[in-house]
Amino acid sequence: MARYDSLLDACGGTPLVGLPRLSPTVPDGAPPVRLWAKLEDRNPTGSIKDRAALFMVRAAEQSGRLRPGDTILEPTSGNTGISLAMVAKLRGYRLVCVMPENVSTERVQLLRMYGAEIIFSPAAGGSNQAVATAKQIAVDHPDWVMLYQYGNEANARAHYETTGPELLHDLPTITHFVAGLGTTGTLMGTGRFLREKVEGIQVVAAEPRYGELVYGLRNIDEGYVPELYDASVLTRRFSVGTRDAVLRTRQLVEVEGIFAGFSTGAILHAALSVAHEAVRDGRRADVAFVVCDGGWKYLSTGAYGGTLADAESSLEGQLWA
Amino acid sequence: MAIEVRIPTILRSYTGGAKVVEGTGDTLGDLLTDLDTRHAGLKARLVTDAGALHRFVNVYVNDEDVRFLGALDAKLNDGDSVTVLPAVAGGAFGFAAAAAISQHRAATAAVAARRAAVAAR
Repeated sequence: MARYDSLLDACGGTPLVGLPRLSPTVPDGAPPVRLWAKLEDRNPTGSIKDRAALFMVRAAEQSGRLRPGDTILEPTSGNTGISLAMVAKLRGYRLVCVMPENVSTERVQLLRMYGAEIIFSPAAGGSNQAVATAKQIAVDHPDWVMLYQYGNEANARAHYETTGPELLHDLPTITHFVAGLGTTGTLMGTGRFLREKVEGIQVVAAEPRYGELVYGLRNIDEGYVPELYDASVLTRRFSVGTRDAVLRTRQLVEVEGIFAGFSTGAILHAALSVAHEAVRDGRRADVAFVVCDGGWKYLSTGAYGGTLADAESSLEGQLWA
Repeated sequence: MAIEVRIPTILRSYTGGAKVVEGTGDTLGDLLTDLDTRHAGLKARLVTDAGALHRFVNVYVNDEDVRFLGALDAKLNDGDSVTVLPAVAGGAFGFAAAAAISQHRAATAAVAARRAAVAAR
């Protein structure tokens, strides 16, 4: 057991647990293939985003961009907002989040509880409306500080300095690291660290594939790739649909007792895929993957019970990861 | 047997509104060339003049990003499933954040310039 001076000091240092029941069975005499889950839901606000939020705020304080009493503005669909709200509260800042109204109600309640103010962009307008709303607020408030997690090097650095070293310490035999691809911070930071230290490490991205409503009529000429993204850090990248993500999320709690959100299901799907390939090829594998958050914030979707088809349709049009 | 290709909403004007079309080819490049014979203009939206995949287009073969499988040279087999999607890494909301930061930088610079002008007066 450990003790810490404050909640912020308790960020990171999460457990890595084996999944003996979900790990594939290998033939007699074949090298072992094992799955390991990094339980990021054990962070102060219950998600991996606490690491990035803390590093981004500290970096802005050190550079002088952020001064006591300042207002932080962040367009976010959830976990980063919750993490930033907690850090902002404890470090003395005000936080304003811009988010689409089609995020889960638990996220909104949590944000308000941690003291964040929320400005919604109408879900009906899709990403175009979210862009317009966020732009307008940014123009109206040039004095607010935008940490911008998609392009903030401190986001990736948080994982280079903490997540990566923790994994290597706990699992020196690691062969694969699998995580979700959102801001790309987790994969870039952890991936770079592991590539420097572990020869032949596979860095695998699992990207959520949403229902069509989310992509909408987004023009292909104005697509978006986060500034942090560097494809050369990755070795593979999987697109995981809603059905597979829900199936794996349910399997994780049913078989191993780990109650996680749907982005974790998408990551597990990719992790199982590389694990089964290793079995086919007769190679040893220690596959570590990220459990991004717990399932609590997604219970209201109803997607943990009922048929897979019902779950899929209840998540249609939602940003579930 | 052919290769099934899923087309995003934005590109269905090239496929007569069809969500899924079929084609053949040993590589992704061959497949796109084949599709273009029936859906003229589609290939040009996915591949740049320089002959690379467009930066904001993601193509997946059996749910795996082709950029890590050889891009346009990625090998295909009958029965494979190909999915084309607009790049929205970071979730659809990444767009909003990127747009906001660029506007914010401009607004911040304008305020700084005004303050400097006032100070110089």
